[in-house]
Amino acid sequence: MITLQNLEKTYGETRALKGISFSISKGEVVGLLGPNGAGKTTAIKIIVGYLLPTAGSATVAGFDVVSHPLEVQERIGYLPENAPLYLDMLAQEYLDFMADMRGLDARTRAIRLARVVEECAIQPVLTRPLGQLSKGYRQRVGLAAALLHDPQILVLDEPTTGLDPNQIAEVRHLVRRMGSTKTVILSTHILSEVEATCDRAVILIDGRVRADASLAEITRSSVQVVTLSARDPVAARHDLEGLRGVIAVDETDRGDGFHTFRLHLEGDGEIGEAVGELARERGWRLRELRRDDRSLEQVFRELTDTAAGEEWAPKAESSPGEAETWAPSSPIA
Amino acid sequence: MGAVESDRMSRVRAVAARELRAYFNSPIAYVFLTVFAGSALFTFFNAGSFFSRGVADLRGLFGPLPLLMILLVPALTMRLWAEEQKQGTLEVLLTLPVRDHQLVAGKFLASWTLLASGLALTLALPFSVALIGKLDWGPVIGGYIGALLLGAAYLAVGQFVSATTENQILAFILALVVCLAFYGVGTEAFSGLFDDRTAAALRGIGTGSRFQSVARGVIDLRDLVYYASVTLFFLAACVMAVRARRWT
Repeated sequence: MITLQNLEKTYGETRALKGISFSISKGEVVGLLGPNGAGKTTAIKIIVGYLLPTAGSATVAGFDVVSHPLEVQERIGYLPENAPLYLDMLAQEYLDFMADMRGLDARTRAIRLARVVEECAIQPVLTRPLGQLSKGYRQRVGLAAALLHDPQILVLDEPTTGLDPNQIAEVRHLVRRMGSTKTVILSTHILSEVEATCDRAVILIDGRVRADASLAEITRSSVQVVTLSARDPVAARHDLEGLRGVIAVDETDRGDGFHTFRLHLEGDGEIGEAVGELARERGWRLRELRRDDRSLEQVFRELTDTAAGEEWAPKAESSPGEAETWAPSSPIA
Repeated sequence: MGAVESDRMSRVRAVAARELRAYFNSPIAYVFLTVFAGSALFTFFNAGSFFSRGVADLRGLFGPLPLLMILLVPALTMRLWAEEQKQGTLEVLLTLPVRDHQLVAGKFLASWTLLASGLALTLALPFSVALIGKLDWGPVIGGYIGALLLGAAYLAVGQFVSATTENQILAFILALVVCLAFYGVGTEAFSGLFDDRTAAALRGIGTGSRFQSVARGVIDLRDLVYYASVTLFFLAACVMAVRARRWT
């Protein structure tokens, strides 16, 4: 549905995007994640045809954003950051104006208007000037306007910034609902947002894609933690090392007769059962057997830290080829 | 094809309607209409010395009109793009499936409509004059057509300037300066500094000098073509300025 290839954008001296590539299939809900200034908004503005790329290409539903912007824009519903609206208009007038600009005929317009008003729950504010609405309502009117033409693709730039927790929950709920029928791309620097709404995360740091995978894959680590008590810990370690798929084993003596082993696995195969089997055979007392999954927050911090490290390293002029994209070892479906 | 054409026009109309609404949702429209009609009346009866001249014509209205419009037109155009930029609505507008020139055309039509309304308010003058004396309607109609076209040129300049900044005050001042420059080069005081040929050329460029013949009731097709060219030139420049935003 959306394909970016080596997309670059330079503002004067600043290289906001240093060649990013990823694609989003139909029906996916993808979170574009990254610290402020990572290039999320720039990438989004190019996808929706507001900015033109300096190099590389972006296609939406098969149309190139540079050569066929109108075809792209007809298929996208876009809510910019902070939901800018014409504050002098009434909510109803604004939606009418957007319907005019989308060229909806009278019949479709009536149906669609009724639909988005209900979906976004903005009935109570339709006859009020947008300038008087709370931020939450503005966001919802903006979203209603973006959904008016029933677009295949919904693009949201920081949709929950500045909202209170209840409003955030409402917007997320809406996004999830839209995600069942539409392709959604949303940018955010809030990790829980991605965890709450997205199937997949693309992590942008310093103008590059640093990770691109499903949330399960990104947070899943290849470490299995086993805490057990065995008469012969050395033999136990040896047995664990002998399991299929285990590359290395770290050991910590807990001092109370139990030892914690961290099994570094090849790939993300399941090994819990095999460990359990072994424990039964050898008569170990098992206290803990778990996958050492990282939170998205941890992953994010690790990635931003390494990026910052590169940035500050003196004379470490990194060429595009050098920047490693972190990806899980298994292929992404 | 016809359907597509009307579809395009409907977008232009939608933009124009929204801009007109924005004028009337703010004090701008009311202040503009009041000040425009008020100053036109004032100059007609005072500076234009209608009664002391004892001639039933509208030179007192059309004479000062170029300067009056220079002062008031930037107030109509300053917000057209600068405000969109400032409020962030530009991003909404430019990501709709509309071409940039449709947006420029819609905004232009809205501002032109408001200016035409201001001129319409002054129609009370020719009707009153016609009651007092024998008014030759030819020059009056010609004068109004000329004023509409001159106003269009100023509006185009103003909209172009507004598309280059997000500061409305700056947009106002710049539009004023550019319009004054176009007026100034044609004045006797300025063109008189040059030899005859250059002076004639300068008067040809000056918006005010050309309007003097219009005000006297002489409608020359070349004057009208000149105003239309200036208008189209600056509207085209405005489309470029809007488009250039996408490259920044």
